[in-house]
Amino acid sequence: MSKLVRSKLIGFVTALVFLAVFLLFPWFANNYLLRLGTTMLMYSALALSWNFIGGFAGYPSFATAAFFGLGAYAGGILQNKGIPAPLAWLSAGLLVLIFAVVVGRMILHLKGHYFAIASLVIADVLREVINGMTDLTGGGMGLNLAALKMGVTQQAQFFYFSMLTVAGFALITTLLLDRSRLGFGLRCIEQNEDAAVRIGINTAHFKTAAFVLSSTFVGMAGAVYASWTGYIDPGEAFEVLISVKPIVMTLLGGAGTALGPVYGAFLFLVLEETVWRNFLNIHSGVLGLLVVLLILFLPRGILQASLWSALGRLGLRMIEVIRRQRPQS
Amino acid sequence: MSVLLELHDVSRSFGGLKALDSVSMNFNFGEVVGIIGPNGAGKTTLVNVITAVTPASSGSVRFNNNPIQGLTPDRIAQLGIARTSQIVQPFPRLTVLDNVAAGAMFAAGIRSISDARSCAMQELEFTGLARVADKMAAALSLADRKRLELARSLAMQPKLLMLDEVNAGLNAAEIDAALGLIRAIAARGVTILLIEHLMKVVLNACSRIAVLHQGKLIADGSPEAVVGNPKVIEAYLGSKFAERQRAARDAT
Repeated sequence: MSKLVRSKLIGFVTALVFLAVFLLFPWFANNYLLRLGTTMLMYSALALSWNFIGGFAGYPSFATAAFFGLGAYAGGILQNKGIPAPLAWLSAGLLVLIFAVVVGRMILHLKGHYFAIASLVIADVLREVINGMTDLTGGGMGLNLAALKMGVTQQAQFFYFSMLTVAGFALITTLLLDRSRLGFGLRCIEQNEDAAVRIGINTAHFKTAAFVLSSTFVGMAGAVYASWTGYIDPGEAFEVLISVKPIVMTLLGGAGTALGPVYGAFLFLVLEETVWRNFLNIHSGVLGLLVVLLILFLPRGILQASLWSALGRLGLRMIEVIRRQRPQS
Repeated sequence: MSVLLELHDVSRSFGGLKALDSVSMNFNFGEVVGIIGPNGAGKTTLVNVITAVTPASSGSVRFNNNPIQGLTPDRIAQLGIARTSQIVQPFPRLTVLDNVAAGAMFAAGIRSISDARSCAMQELEFTGLARVADKMAAALSLADRKRLELARSLAMQPKLLMLDEVNAGLNAAEIDAALGLIRAIAARGVTILLIEHLMKVVLNACSRIAVLHQGKLIADGSPEAVVGNPKVIEAYLGSKFAERQRAARDAT
């Protein structure tokens, strides 16, 4: 029990340190680092969001890109109509929330691969719809957003803190969920849905709640992203990697844990950036290989791994490889 | 005696197969009713119909004088109908305590996690699992996992508890312990529906026995009456044996 208390204390202190680092970061960082920091916070928001449905409820959702793109377009269109940026972002989040309720009701009775495929298709449908609505969205030409009247550095800081707010709310929601009745019920559903029904959990409601939680912060992050980059097009906003990356990050950090997605997002961004710098021509290949290796050896994420078990698994695997090669030689 | 659960003309078909064929029977408050019958007689289907896992094709089910057909399984659990199943269904990566607390929280309507846990602890003590409360459910032995299933059902604070072969796969000593537990649950005033193959358990624990055969209710009465019923003997041992026994009885 004391071990549990100690690990909780360590987690709390680490979180405080992180918070301080994040709040003070813009005063020390140059614009390049600030851009990386903003990206990391956006990744965190996406990974934390995926964790609600994929980590807590155990439903492998690929709908992140759909929520992101929808939020980006909603925010961008509203902003171009003259609505102030923060209000446009909130409205985008709300629209995505309503969208997730409707879609969630439609696809959450599916399980496993079937659910994954259904959720994957949403982004493609939305992309075609946005492509077709040329008058409103600019179609394949993309959508230009009116620039904010700020200096370059000011703007970089403004978007950094905006992303920090979105990610912060996603994290607070996660921490609250972790201790709540809803979170408890979602863990039950993840582990044994039949038994969850049997003890009186309304699984349709619980899963929809998790799906909605996984949508709204992503929608807001998408809207902030649209304002940040000043230009979005359907191919980029509904890019399938936006769905895949948060899954990888969450698995890296530890699915179903509260802070895992944040650590995972950080680790992933560091990997992505280093690999990109050093292996310009083959960077996606090298990154993919690294991710595969990490997930093979840390299947429950860095938060739930001990060094010894990782080394032990490595040793076992090497013995297995040697044993397999021997009869052939 | 007042009626807790009333089945009227309940049928359930799977394609052309009638798994339950116009079954009508009552369960009174505080009774321990044994349901027996050969494999495939419809015993588990009866439980699944009551819990709406596979709803009845026709007929009516009333619980506490309210019709419950058309309700979802989670709603029925909240009304106070709990079950254990032949194949245990724990939440493997929750502690034993939290497994049971989940039952208290979602079926018995205890809102706070700490209240649910203290309620769960009582049931763990009642079922003799308090010593493994902090273990993960996946780490338990089969006998303990069956008890866990029982403890979780009890934490749901049910009015009707349906035990689907809780003793299958247990050894003689474990069965005696389980029998004591069933009696203790009955003493709490919970109505029990016991599906069982072991006649020792059925005859020891039940005040009434119902026999299903090919989806039909062929006998319903006191244990002595049911065991001597020629239709029951025929269902279990075949018509030739029943005739021979009848002949033997007539001769004496």
